[in-house]
Amino acid sequence: MWAERARTAIRSVGEILITLGVVLFLFCAYQLFYTNVIADEAMRSEVSDLHKLWAAQPPTPRSAGSTTPVGLGPFDTADSRGTSGAAFAILHIPRLGDKSIPVLQGTSLDLLGRGVGHYKDSALPGRVGNFAVAGHRKTHGEPFRYLDEMRAGDLIVVETADTWYTYREDRDPFIVDPTDLAVVAPVPDHPGETPSQKLITLTTCNPWWASTQRMIVNGTLIAQQPRSAGEPPALTVNTPKFQ
Amino acid sequence: MYAFLWRHLPGPVYAKVLIALVAAALIVVLLFGWIFPWIEPLMPFSGNTVSQ
Repeated sequence: MWAERARTAIRSVGEILITLGVVLFLFCAYQLFYTNVIADEAMRSEVSDLHKLWAAQPPTPRSAGSTTPVGLGPFDTADSRGTSGAAFAILHIPRLGDKSIPVLQGTSLDLLGRGVGHYKDSALPGRVGNFAVAGHRKTHGEPFRYLDEMRAGDLIVVETADTWYTYREDRDPFIVDPTDLAVVAPVPDHPGETPSQKLITLTTCNPWWASTQRMIVNGTLIAQQPRSAGEPPALTVNTPKFQ
Repeated sequence: MYAFLWRHLPGPVYAKVLIALVAAALIVVLLFGWIFPWIEPLMPFSGNTVSQ
């Protein structure tokens, strides 16, 4: 009789372990596939919503002779704080493929599943300062999956309600500690200094899966043109691509 | 465990199979829709931002 009981107990333990194994397998499937399916769909809808919004509300015409871009709507503020969670720009990185990546205001994890996140205190695209953006390297659409394949000289295009901004990458991607806030400072590595350049910074995790470090890409604004002028050369010229 | 559950499912074999499949599907939906999204931020591999 006790032998029968022992067998039942052992069998139950085995069944529970197998069940846990199946749940872990499902979690991997969730991370590897399901989050990408959901995020790709969310990014597509954010991009198409933005295009609809921009088509419906033509940006205010800029005053003659003015060089500062206008017409960013709720984000057109000095300190760049806008409505959290709203998409306000589209990122194009020819090196990483033709994907249109929506840029949302804020960098919380739930937002990064719908695009890349703009560090709220950093500058807006095309402004003096550092336009800093965070994105997933793995899972949730993985917009920055191949960020390590970018090279100095690569072009990064930011599309806003009224303007195309083209940035050029300054140096190959580099690695910093997760606490290295200075990379998103208005003057990178010199927090507190007053910026004079128009920069872009992309941050993502490194290495894949273990986010014990951050990978950083820096760029400087080299050109801008109104949306009405059509896509910038960076998107129409056949640039070197990875993938 | 599974033998115990199987014994306590009502009806003939085809009803038991149906109930078991529906229950399994419900559990998967629960995992993907609520439990995994809840666990995920607690995992150490989703940091993309620099912060203090």
